Amino acid sequence: MTFYGVIFYVLGIIILAATALAITRRNPMHAVIYLIVSFFGLAPLFYLLGAPLLALLEIIIYAGAIMVLFIFIVMMLKIDVTPVSAGQWLKQWFPALSLSAISGLTMVFLIWQGPAPQTLLPLAQASPREFGLFVYRRYWFAVEIASFLLLVALAGAFYLGRKDTNPEEKP
Amino acid sequence: MTAWITGCLILLLKLGIVLVGLLLLAAYLVLAERKLLARLQIRLGPNRAGPLGLMQPLADAVKLLTKEDLAPAKADRLIFLLAPAVVAATALLIFAVVPFGQDWVIGGRRIPLVVADLNVGLLYALALSSIGVYGVALGGWSSNSKYALLGGIRGAAQMISYELSLGLALVPVVMLAGSFSLVEIVAAQSRYPFLLVQPLSFLIFFVSAVAETKRIPFDLPEAENELVAGYHTEYSGMRFGLFFLGEYVTMVVMGSLVAVFFLGGWRGPWLPPLVWFFLKVLGVVFFMIWMRGTLPRLRYDQLMHLGWKLLVPLALLNIVVTGAVLLLLRA
Repeated sequence: MTFYGVIFYVLGIIILAATALAITRRNPMHAVIYLIVSFFGLAPLFYLLGAPLLALLEIIIYAGAIMVLFIFIVMMLKIDVTPVSAGQWLKQWFPALSLSAISGLTMVFLIWQGPAPQTLLPLAQASPREFGLFVYRRYWFAVEIASFLLLVALAGAFYLGRKDTNPEEKP
Repeated sequence: MTAWITGCLILLLKLGIVLVGLLLLAAYLVLAERKLLARLQIRLGPNRAGPLGLMQPLADAVKLLTKEDLAPAKADRLIFLLAPAVVAATALLIFAVVPFGQDWVIGGRRIPLVVADLNVGLLYALALSSIGVYGVALGGWSSNSKYALLGGIRGAAQMISYELSLGLALVPVVMLAGSFSLVEIVAAQSRYPFLLVQPLSFLIFFVSAVAETKRIPFDLPEAENELVAGYHTEYSGMRFGLFFLGEYVTMVVMGSLVAVFFLGGWRGPWLPPLVWFFLKVLGVVFFMIWMRGTLPRLRYDQLMHLGWKLLVPLALLNIVVTGAVLLLLRA
């Protein structure tokens, strides 16, 4: 096994273990921290696959921004570590398992359908400049639609968070 | 094979020197700040340990290391113990991409004076500074104390708010240099430092950097007169020391980032590059200390208004204007 192969499998084990722990912890803060660890494992994996920009965006956006908001909310809550209740299986595990079964089956189908599962992919390096040019030349429409969607979300958040100017509703 | 081994040895040596240098600089920065602050307040400052108080950092380190390491009974123990390390480690790691001098050539071998020249170096620095938030937030939360929790929440809110303007202020720099690599950003400033063409960016970046280090006038996460000591209220001994060290290393790192992005990095006439870099970093850091001795603390709503309603829109406007000017110049 090559040096990169060893790193790949070590990272794979870390990601799988952290994700498994994240979905089984009863304490929400611990769950969030394990999810952050999982994102952290994912970033070097992207780097290893020759996408340094994606690796750092993974950390900046997912580990550094979105999960901080999760932590922020959990900090505001009073956490009671709830014991497992009776109807929990149906409410939590059933939808989770069925959804992951669907995506798992799709993945197996895709791999089975794949052009050549035996051939190795050529080692590619996507520098930030090449990556940006590629995305904006080939997929500019999708990028613009995604940014428009974010703009709508921003306007929505602004509407929800605006100051209430109606004086009659004040206590 | 021998080339590989010498490469490894040189890298390890460089890592060791940078790490020790950074830690020493941070330790003596504490002394320099206390001395300067004392002068600003017409006092003498620490002058008992050694000549002129020069052994004070050493005495502080011995004191912190020998103190009892306490953890509150109801704390989330593991997170409580690990949080200070997150703050100190992320601050130290950012320096890995900072070029601090011109390449050396020793015995025909080229030794770049930077630990790692990543082609995404700028994003790496931003990513790690966003990870530093976890140390503050989790340290505050896991202490299971109201003061610490409030400090942690404030710290998290402040740091995510100012990260935005910190990142946006750097977009014009990337547009001018055409690269995310810090080495290439320094190379792009061979004729003039970016401070001359991007004064607004510099101002936004500097203010956001001071807010990221949680210093006066942005020290609400540890506001002494309302929160005791904020997020590190429950910490003692060297774990408190790590939070403290993290703050001063962040100061040095932010100073070197300002130097690299706006002041031309190690470039300068007459003096050797290393000295120039050192002087620029110390200049920025001196300004931060001066601010602490001069300005009062902001109120919480003023802090949020400054970040979201002034710095972020200004930074966005600056990006649009820079883009338009660049387009005109190239047309």
